[in-house]
Amino acid sequence: MSKMHVKMTVNGKEIEALAEPRTLLIHFLRENQKLTGPHIGCDTGHCGACTIDLDGKSIKSCMTFVGQVAGKSVTTIEGIANPDGTLHALQEAFREHHGLQCGFCTPGMITRAHSLLQENPDPTDEEIRYGISGNLCRCTGYQNIVKAIRAAAQMLNVQEAAE
Amino acid sequence: MNEQTPISREDRLQKLKGIGSARKRVEDARFTQGKGNYVDDFNLPGMLFGDFVRSPYGHARIKNIDKEAALAVPGVIAILTAEDLKPLNLHYMPTLAGDVQAVLADEKVLFQGQEVAFIIAEDRYIAADAVELVDVDYEELPALTDAFKALDDDAPLLREDIKDKMEGAHGPRKHHNHIFLWEEGDKTGTEQALSVADVVVEEKITYQRVHPCPLETCGCVASMDKINGKLTVWGTFQAPHAVRTVASLITNIAEHNIRIVSPDIGGGFGNKVGVYPGYICSIVASIVTGQPVKWIEDRIENLTATAFARDYHMTGKIAATKDGKITGLWCHVLADHGAFDACADPTKFPAGFFHIVTGSYDIPVAYVGVDGVYTNKAPGGVAYRCSFRVTEAAYLIERMIDILAHKLDMDPVELRLKNFIKKEQFPYQSALGWEYDSGDYHTAMEQGMAAVDYYALRSEQAENRAAFDRGETRTLMGIGTAFFTEIVGAGPVKNCDILGLGMFDSCEIRIHPTGSAIARLGTVSQGQGHATTFAQIVATEIGIPAEDITLEEGDTDTAPYGLGTYGSRSTPVAGAATAMAGRKIRAKAQMIAAYLLEVHEGDLEWDVDRFQVKGNPEAHKTMKEIAFASYNQAIPGLEPGLEAVSYYDPPNMTYPFGAYFCVVDLDVDTGVVDVRRFYALDDCGTRINPMIIEGQVHGGLTEALAITMGQEISYDEHGNVKGGSLMDFYLPTAVETPVWETDFTVTPSPHHPIGAKGVGESPNVGGVPALSNAVNDAFAHKGLTHMQMPHDHWRVWKTAEKLGLTG
Repeated sequence: MSKMHVKMTVNGKEIEALAEPRTLLIHFLRENQKLTGPHIGCDTGHCGACTIDLDGKSIKSCMTFVGQVAGKSVTTIEGIANPDGTLHALQEAFREHHGLQCGFCTPGMITRAHSLLQENPDPTDEEIRYGISGNLCRCTGYQNIVKAIRAAAQMLNVQEAAE
Repeated sequence: MNEQTPISREDRLQKLKGIGSARKRVEDARFTQGKGNYVDDFNLPGMLFGDFVRSPYGHARIKNIDKEAALAVPGVIAILTAEDLKPLNLHYMPTLAGDVQAVLADEKVLFQGQEVAFIIAEDRYIAADAVELVDVDYEELPALTDAFKALDDDAPLLREDIKDKMEGAHGPRKHHNHIFLWEEGDKTGTEQALSVADVVVEEKITYQRVHPCPLETCGCVASMDKINGKLTVWGTFQAPHAVRTVASLITNIAEHNIRIVSPDIGGGFGNKVGVYPGYICSIVASIVTGQPVKWIEDRIENLTATAFARDYHMTGKIAATKDGKITGLWCHVLADHGAFDACADPTKFPAGFFHIVTGSYDIPVAYVGVDGVYTNKAPGGVAYRCSFRVTEAAYLIERMIDILAHKLDMDPVELRLKNFIKKEQFPYQSALGWEYDSGDYHTAMEQGMAAVDYYALRSEQAENRAAFDRGETRTLMGIGTAFFTEIVGAGPVKNCDILGLGMFDSCEIRIHPTGSAIARLGTVSQGQGHATTFAQIVATEIGIPAEDITLEEGDTDTAPYGLGTYGSRSTPVAGAATAMAGRKIRAKAQMIAAYLLEVHEGDLEWDVDRFQVKGNPEAHKTMKEIAFASYNQAIPGLEPGLEAVSYYDPPNMTYPFGAYFCVVDLDVDTGVVDVRRFYALDDCGTRINPMIIEGQVHGGLTEALAITMGQEISYDEHGNVKGGSLMDFYLPTAVETPVWETDFTVTPSPHHPIGAKGVGESPNVGGVPALSNAVNDAFAHKGLTHMQMPHDHWRVWKTAEKLGLTG
């Protein structure tokens, strides 16, 4: 099948590539861009393992063709860490509060939480639970994920207040 | 080199982060940055992709397969069918249960989603295109999807390949769709107890067909190196060594020329124990093409074709005196095994450890009979987050106890307390042949009752029921209790094997000259955090801080042979091997320390991280110093180096237990059940890492919630799978999942080197009956005896309607 030319920003870097128009964004990121952080857990948009950030909004990259994101900015788990290379507060908090086990949902979950905290910097537990309800986890029962997101929010708010 | 820094014993202990420490996980740094290494992340040069053409029918004859159009698609390399595998004798493969399973359908398909042809193509999109173009001509046959009709005289013949074989792997078959009858216990004695009892209750209880559904599906990358003759397979394997042996036996490639690697695994829960056609076809495809071949199933394939769990139709009869002393238990199970018997159980136990069904109770006589049957459904029968068939057994006994309590008009918790095996009866011989290692059930139950204020809940429920009857509320309150006893840690080689491989496990520890170490195990973590917790066991045993210990699993070229991770066996078996390997190292270290300190070995004592002279702790050698000495000094009578390996054959299983309490509020008009409170007290013996235990309990309870409240893989009469995608198959989100409360008691296992019993599966085993008992209890006063799972909104509403409670 003939390929199209695609141009977009991925984790802050401008990229250009050739891809079949029917290529799903998740396959493009994982196989063309070698960004294997986002995962594939279903084919129906339910599990959220493939969650990425597109121009500031969480999307499921298994439900999006690569051609649909031309000219836009994509952030994956690989682009979440702080510019100085230290881990983002969410990444620290997930470890500190045992918010992951097998790790398969984790990249999508953290990427979603990252957007959630931009939409709502000080969410209640209930808002966190609703906010991550598009992301399934089979290991943790979510309790420690909620705890981790709340802790990260507090940490970020304290940092912001100090600045 | 003697370390003279005066640090306290307490500080030295802290520094180890050994057994009992809530050590943070070492795995997490990779996973939180998207740097995990799961099988679909592998991208080898020249790698091809495999994909299956699958049967749309539940039962049909294959009249013709036309590959021509598919082969014409640019980028399609080859298409395998059973005809291609026959000359290699690979069209069938042995199952773990003594049956065979078609790798690619041989003349007939026996379940919807069965593998019919395997496409090998340059990328996954081309493979998917070709799947659509393979033209298979089917003649549909009558499908058998009701297990209760499997043994009817006129039931369709499913397995033509074994129709004349009336002696199966587990004894005689009485019908062409019969697999085995397995019995345990005293049938006559139990029937006698039932016939003379004051009270007998009988109930038919089904544990529906569900699926482990880990977030990562199954898959592999097979790579045959034709130059050196070595086959490497990376894949989602919970038991890589067993896969290597099976692969060697069926391909005739020598075992040393096969390397099986389990990289990071995105959850297993039993789904990744079995050997699937995708693995075999990928291996064959790589051998044929000389290129690496990747096969990754999608979610629908995962739910419809790889191993299901449960599907047990159980009948229980319990006999008791009128004051509530249980005098006998009789059970029969109609076990729906699907089209091939691919249950993952130790060879001698075709119904797993279902005979733990007497549970936590001192029942004098019992009988179990299990009939396995074939149907037009996917094969499997794995232990979905439980030891082999233990969750089915726990569900049956814990529902039956509630039903008996209702019949006797007794409080179900009081009935349990009255019949518990008492602390002083351990080790306890059960009527069905098990020796329970240790337990203190009364203490655990009473601690739980106090924590939830059990009698206050019952008073509140009485008020709620009165208010409901007065028409003041449309919500009914239900209280569920479960007190489960698990049987895990399979198992002793004398009676536990899989395909003839004894179910021991292993650990090898090597200490480096500068005092750090590597430990390798025969198990495989799928999220349990082995790299964190097993290092803690090593730390406590040999006095090297856990952070200085690398833990490696899953590569058969480097790890010692073991039977893998499932059935909560890692801690009871490989955890024991780890402690024993550590003790071997310590024994040699003691000899080295004696030489260095110029004293007799018997004059030394172990203290946290060192050997010291008894009565003179200033004279000591730390493990770090001993490690260096083992590499740089010629010590008379000792080989250089410091390493050990242990293959541990457990003397018995371990028996974790727990007391769970659940409170639900059930809306009779909508059928919505709100889990208001759930309290889980677990006793898993010695606790290695409390943080990880708590995480395991949260996760297991959430899986129990999913099963009880919504999961089901059902089939219509034509053999169509209903519920085969995440559109229908229930996985709770954070919104439906309640906040879990956890608690514990500690009753160490007397036969395990560190007293640990295993915990990962307890919350699923105990969670399902606690939740189901709560939902049933909400309706009990309105005359409900038992409602089948799953307790989804529709079924709950239908029950309310039948009881005359709806608008």
